[in-house]
Amino acid sequence: MGERRSEILQGTLDLMVLQTLAVMGPMHGYGLAKRIEQMSEDALRVNQGTIYLCLIRLVQQRWITATWGASDNNRRAKFYEITRAGRRQLAAEAENWERIAGVIGRLLRLAPSR
Amino acid sequence: MRARWHRLWARVRALFAAPVLDRDLEQELDGHLAASIDAYVRQGLSLEEACRRARLALGSRVELRDAHRDVRGLPWLETLAQDVRQALRLMRRDRAFALFATIIVALGIGGGTMVFGVIDALLLRPLPFADPDRLVWITNSGGGEGLSARTMPVNHFLALREEATSFADVAAFYAHYTPGSIAVTGIDEPERINSIPVSDNFFSLLGVQPALGRLFTADESNYAGPPPSVILTYEFWQRHFGADPSAVGRTIALNGASVTIVGVLPKRFDFAAAFAPGFRVDLYYPQALTAGANREGNTLIAIGRLAPGVTLAHAQAEAAVVGPAIQRRDFTRPFALGLMSLGDRVNGQTRPALILLGWAVLVVMLIACANLSNLMLARSSARQRELAVRAALGAGRGRLARQVLTESVVLVSCGACLGVALAAAGMRLFAHMDGLGVPLLGRVRLDGAVLAFAAGLAIVTGLVIGLAPAFQARRVAVQRALKDGERGSTGGRSRTVVRHVLVAAEIALASALLVATGLLTRSFVKLVDLDLGFQPLGAIATRIDSPRSRGGTKEARGAYFDDALGRLRAMGGIEAAGLTDVLPLGRNRSWSVGARGRAYTLQSPPPDAFVRVITDGYLPAMGIPLRAGRDISAADRADTTPVILVNETLARTLWPGENPIGKTTLYADGEREVVGVVADVRHLALEQTSGNEIYLPMRQTTDYASVELVARTDRPVDGFGTAVLATLRTIDPFLPASEVFTVQSLVDHAIAPRRAVVAVLLGFSAFALLLAALGVYAVIAYAISQRSRELGIRMALGASARALRRQTVGAMLGLTAVGLAAGLGAAWTFSRLLRDLLFEVDTRDPMTFGGIAVALAAVAAIAAYLPARRISRIDPVVALRAE
Repeated sequence: MGERRSEILQGTLDLMVLQTLAVMGPMHGYGLAKRIEQMSEDALRVNQGTIYLCLIRLVQQRWITATWGASDNNRRAKFYEITRAGRRQLAAEAENWERIAGVIGRLLRLAPSR
Repeated sequence: MRARWHRLWARVRALFAAPVLDRDLEQELDGHLAASIDAYVRQGLSLEEACRRARLALGSRVELRDAHRDVRGLPWLETLAQDVRQALRLMRRDRAFALFATIIVALGIGGGTMVFGVIDALLLRPLPFADPDRLVWITNSGGGEGLSARTMPVNHFLALREEATSFADVAAFYAHYTPGSIAVTGIDEPERINSIPVSDNFFSLLGVQPALGRLFTADESNYAGPPPSVILTYEFWQRHFGADPSAVGRTIALNGASVTIVGVLPKRFDFAAAFAPGFRVDLYYPQALTAGANREGNTLIAIGRLAPGVTLAHAQAEAAVVGPAIQRRDFTRPFALGLMSLGDRVNGQTRPALILLGWAVLVVMLIACANLSNLMLARSSARQRELAVRAALGAGRGRLARQVLTESVVLVSCGACLGVALAAAGMRLFAHMDGLGVPLLGRVRLDGAVLAFAAGLAIVTGLVIGLAPAFQARRVAVQRALKDGERGSTGGRSRTVVRHVLVAAEIALASALLVATGLLTRSFVKLVDLDLGFQPLGAIATRIDSPRSRGGTKEARGAYFDDALGRLRAMGGIEAAGLTDVLPLGRNRSWSVGARGRAYTLQSPPPDAFVRVITDGYLPAMGIPLRAGRDISAADRADTTPVILVNETLARTLWPGENPIGKTTLYADGEREVVGVVADVRHLALEQTSGNEIYLPMRQTTDYASVELVARTDRPVDGFGTAVLATLRTIDPFLPASEVFTVQSLVDHAIAPRRAVVAVLLGFSAFALLLAALGVYAVIAYAISQRSRELGIRMALGASARALRRQTVGAMLGLTAVGLAAGLGAAWTFSRLLRDLLFEVDTRDPMTFGGIAVALAAVAAIAAYLPARRISRIDPVVALRAE
């Protein structure tokens, strides 16, 4: 039930996918999954399949596009590419994320009043 | 925001592309696994281990596919579709139940929708005029009964228009319009047409613009003799001029005088629908607003448009001052201004009946809902096991509840569709019942509002009957239900109580509805059995006025009547034949009439009497008994002593305790000698006694607007009518064609609205009674099937089947008594609200209340006894072993 996952996790995954596609260019699902696993250093332990729920959602929002193509091993694979709307969304979300991260960071740095 | 719309759109599309999208995903996942396996193999794992790891990393494909469907599609919609399919499957499996429930819902919703449609058209939708809430119906309230007393003379109307500041404008129409009062020639063939004279501002006041040509001008109301111009209705223009625009400007001959067509009204303007239901208007001409027209006396009814910011109460207050002022200045007859909103005037008559029907349909709906709830409860109890299995297989409680609710909704939807079809047919039937004479009935139709109402009704019904079982489904006790089969968890005490309360409520509602129906039915029967003062059966009538009966001297007209009556009586098959100017239950007019030797003043004016102009033969043809003296004869002519007949009421009014024969009356149209006394006739309405009546010989006056022939015959009306017309044509070839009809049809027409209401109520009541009986039956049948083990034990312990049966039926009769007490108590309290609809029946008529109590008790007893018979078929051994 992808819809029921916590909003934060869903948003995080969206952001990671968009960012990865923005930086790395077109990728297929497996590549994305591996890349995100590496980047998160196993901090986010989810099934690789979860990436596909995130991808279809982003496609439906028209932030990324999907096209069938051939992978390095000459296998048929679906390649995802970020769109212009996707980049705008990424920029907005990244800014949002940094602001929240800043706030939370400051909050956590406050000395506990014992 | 845009992204959200894109997503929604994509999700909707995904619903229809599920197979393609699934295949896409499968291929993508295959690719994913292959790539993953490659990577693991490269890391040095065995192929087997690589496959295992790759699958593990990806996660369950089945779960992934389901989650993917949920994310990309609209899961609730898919679930709904699934539930609907499941519900349809269940309905197919349990056909009898589905059919039965669907029919109940269809009849309930159909009846409700139909009644709403009628109420909407007649009461709720605004009148078909501009800003109708500002229109006021203005009559003369200073007189008494009858049209002459309620109308006002031209001068009073003019004074009102001049002086009342509450109104932006006041218009009037001639209220004594007569069907077919004018014969038109010059267009295809001579035809009697219906016309209404109206003041020049009548149409503009109602906000009506002509479809062609123009409206009347103020100049055109200033004429003597034939009117200068006419405006045609749309239908008349279509019928006789083939919708030719050049009709405007042409002339037609009205009773021989030529008049100019100045305009055509728009199609949607229907004077008759609001003011004269069942009356077809063909054309309008200007009402003369002159001294000459004023001398005709009370003729007009006014319609005012309130000035901006003025309320009806305001206008009434002003009228209370202006009315008497007009009366003081220009006294003719008693006068006062009576104001009511036009809406009240148009709907006032039908409103009580419609409100009653609305309540009736509500009661029927409630009974239907109670009944269906009961059935659904019984059914869901029986399905406890199925639901438990589903729950055990992993269906969530909310999901089960939703499934059960969906079943009710599907059931109700099927019923609602059928019901709307029924309602559409019923409404079509109603809309074309011109004979009912109910204003605005033609507007009844299935439109958006009615459909919305039906949909709303369906939703409410679905929720009401579905909620209880849905809640039950939420509480399904899996282990218990699975463990002890169908009987263990079902006979909960609270549920039994609910079912019993529902049945008692059904009986209460049904009894209240039956009382209302009973009271109205008894009124109707009383009305049908009423002595009307004339004998409608065996009498036929038709209009025979022709140019010969209209122009000319009394002598010339008398010759025509002699001729016509002579030929008719020679025809054979006719017991009696005579002429009159008005038939009973039709139009009416009244004149003042006094007794010679009595002093009358303004303060004690002479009484009013309804006027009929007749010839010899009319009384026997109509079956009106002569009580004393003699009938009018053919020898009462223009040159003989003026004579008059009075009815018994007038005789008592003018000469109490004296013999009226030989006395002299004043005022009516000069002095006349009373030669006979006739029985009172219900001329105005069936429900109303006649008041004072006078009969003048047709050969001694020219003051009548039409001539109706009445003949008493035992021949069937169809062929005989044609023969009568053929005979009359031999003496007057230009006699316009007229319909020959039975006098009974006039009575039927007068009683038709009441008949319709009673018929609908009887239908509802029969349905309610059937439902209540079914409710009782179902509860007993269900209780016995659930308690067969208990009953078996009791029988094994020595209880006789007979005693158990008596006990079961007795318990149900107790419940019935409670329901009856509640229902009849409510009816006893509220039945006085029906007072206006009843006729010679007390609102607490003991016959009705008693009869209905007995009838319902009997029905309940039978409905309880039938299933209770099954008790004797319970074999204690089998019942006990079954466990």
